[in-house]
Amino acid sequence: MMAELWFAIASLMLVAYVVLDGFDFGAGALHLVVARTDAERRQLLSAIGPFWDGNEVWLLATGGVLFLAFPRVLASGLSGFYLAIFLVLWALILRGIAIEFRSHVENPLWRAAWDAVFSVASTILPILFGTALGNLVRGLPITEDGWFSLTLFTNFSPWGPVAILDWYTVSAGLFALLALTGHGAAFLVWKTDGPMRERSRTAAMRLYMLVATAWPLLTAATWWVNPRLFAAFQQRPLAMMSALVALAGLAALAAGLRRQRDGLAFLGSCAFLIGMLAATAACVFPTMLRSVVNEGWSLTAYNASAPAASLDRGIRWWAIGLPLAVIYFVIVFRLHRGRTSIGSGDGTY
Amino acid sequence: MSDSLLWHRLQFAFTIVYHYLFPQLTMGLALLIVIMKAIALRTGDLIWNDAARFWIRIFGITFAVGVVTGLPMEFQFGTNWARFSSFTGGVIGQTLAMEGVFAFFLESSFLGVLVFGERRLSARGHFLAAVALFIGSWLSGYFIICTNAFMQHPVGHDTGPGGVLQLIDFWALVLNPWALAQYAHNMAASVVTASFVTMSAGAYYALQRLHVDTAPRFLRLGVIAGFVASVLVAFPTGDTQAKLVARHQPVSLAAMEGHFESGPAAGIVLIGQPNVRERRLDNPLVVPGFLSLLAYGTFHSDVAGLDQFPEDVWPDNIELLYYAFHVMAGLGTMMIALTLLAGAAELRGGLMRRRWLLWMLMLAFPFPYIATTAGWITAELGRQPWLVYGLFRTAQGASQTVHSGTVLFTLIGFAGLYLVLGLLYLYLVGRELVHGPSATSQTHAGSPAAVAAHDG
Repeated sequence: MMAELWFAIASLMLVAYVVLDGFDFGAGALHLVVARTDAERRQLLSAIGPFWDGNEVWLLATGGVLFLAFPRVLASGLSGFYLAIFLVLWALILRGIAIEFRSHVENPLWRAAWDAVFSVASTILPILFGTALGNLVRGLPITEDGWFSLTLFTNFSPWGPVAILDWYTVSAGLFALLALTGHGAAFLVWKTDGPMRERSRTAAMRLYMLVATAWPLLTAATWWVNPRLFAAFQQRPLAMMSALVALAGLAALAAGLRRQRDGLAFLGSCAFLIGMLAATAACVFPTMLRSVVNEGWSLTAYNASAPAASLDRGIRWWAIGLPLAVIYFVIVFRLHRGRTSIGSGDGTY
Repeated sequence: MSDSLLWHRLQFAFTIVYHYLFPQLTMGLALLIVIMKAIALRTGDLIWNDAARFWIRIFGITFAVGVVTGLPMEFQFGTNWARFSSFTGGVIGQTLAMEGVFAFFLESSFLGVLVFGERRLSARGHFLAAVALFIGSWLSGYFIICTNAFMQHPVGHDTGPGGVLQLIDFWALVLNPWALAQYAHNMAASVVTASFVTMSAGAYYALQRLHVDTAPRFLRLGVIAGFVASVLVAFPTGDTQAKLVARHQPVSLAAMEGHFESGPAAGIVLIGQPNVRERRLDNPLVVPGFLSLLAYGTFHSDVAGLDQFPEDVWPDNIELLYYAFHVMAGLGTMMIALTLLAGAAELRGGLMRRRWLLWMLMLAFPFPYIATTAGWITAELGRQPWLVYGLFRTAQGASQTVHSGTVLFTLIGFAGLYLVLGLLYLYLVGRELVHGPSATSQTHAGSPAAVAAHDG
């Protein structure tokens, strides 16, 4: 029972991370497109400024929860993807520094350089995260003792000697970039005004058009690469409900964008991401790191969890801590409600 | 020691030492900012509010670097120390996850409020945001120290199914006596860092005859907080810590002091170089009896020397451990003396006139950084050869699937990236320092000026 619960908690926190940090990644990927003047770029940074750091904490908190509940998954996964993880870390470091340091110096070259760093890092990160998710769905060369290590690429096939990059995982990475950029655009439509809002609306419509086209294709590819998921999907009501949430999200997004109900559109975008990821989690359960060598060697919520005593102690403080975190987020979002305009920032960004 | 273990250790050591240069300032500054805002709120002295805003800007830059250099720390448990993580996740995963859930969310949320919210909040609301940030950053320190304390002095656990550790007693882990002493010691040191930086900025302005209203305030706050905190670092917190080391890690104490032979009335070494091959201290200058006093409270207690322990439990770098400990203790003493001197001068009303003293205060800010780094090197090298003291050796903990050349590659990558980060940080803080605290330009929500500005 505890293993199921912690699997749900870890999934929930990861979904929260993607939805929250996703919008500031997306805004970053669009930074050079929708924000053209220095004033507009400061407007964009002011829109995500109060949130991005708190959003990133969900990644650390998810890592912490994996460490406490599924230490073997954390250990095997992070060491197996060693170089890729450092790529993610360096991109996160440069991106955070770009956001915080850009507006401190009034020099066009300084600012242009950091704008480029921010935008490139924000584009690379969704691709990396999407590729990582693709790897988990496809499976990893986990050996009998529970460890693996992956090369960057072999023959780009998701079968046989697998590697980090193949056509399936790269597609997942690109899909993540499309979806999160669309999500970021929907956030900017909701939280900014003026020309940026209009450009973001156009971007959101086009991007989500692509997402809606690519989604069924990627789903079909997923079932081809990991047929078990299809069987699981048919048997698990939670997975089907989640897929419906994602569909409803797309519909709400389209309606919201068309009728200028920006809050609804952003909520729809959130629902799409939540539904899609929740459906994935519901289908893969209990597998966390799938072995392509032998299904029996996969690390699952049952065989890779921490001892029951630890899971039991952990749930008690988690049940107090998480509501607190949610309260802080509500306070911050309430305090920074409304749209950011050009020149409305207080000079920090 | 295999090559790859050395690189794993060096990478963690380098990234953690570098990372901690930033939080040691922000945690201490969080307290000083609360104090400045509290004085402003009580006395209505707006210069203190300007001072607080100046330090909040420095805080923001420092915090950003602290956040981004902190990210790799959490991930390296998995990437570089995978076998250690598998073994201990059931226990230290708890404190690390608690740091994220209880501390980082609070900290990151309210830093935004503090930086962005001054115009949206009342003066009291803005003060409360500073308090929330203080609580968040000090909680984060507690959970990370709790994690380290478990590695130094494991409590509250036993061996669960599969031979890995499990948590039995939550409160024993969270209230580990080692953690309490280490936390008090470390946080006092963090206040010393922030005080010395504040003092140094004040002395710089005083020497330049700039910001004549703020400079004496920076100096006074820095000297008082710096004196109180550096005394607290030595006594009772450092003293308690030493007694815990003597009781639970006697071999580390012997190595810290280069104490090769056991015996009563052990002396404390002021100067000397450990010569491990010959098992003696070269050219020692010793104060008799004081090591016995420090460790056990009397001048003639027996203090076990390294000769009492098998070599396979000796810390594996006795020389560095010895030097680190002595650098820490020496600088700690000097910092007490310096703040005492400055305090005495201020009491006689002459700190601002004694330029030689201002010069010393201005140049003294690296001392707490060096002392803190040396202190952590002492703690971590003293724990060797164990990752979890007495339970799990360092050599067992590193990731097996990662090749040594790969670790060296990422280590070099960090060295380059962090060099650039450090230069950028110094450049931006330098600019803030040159710009200096500016007079009140921002007003709080609801105040007449804010309403007028809004209507206008």
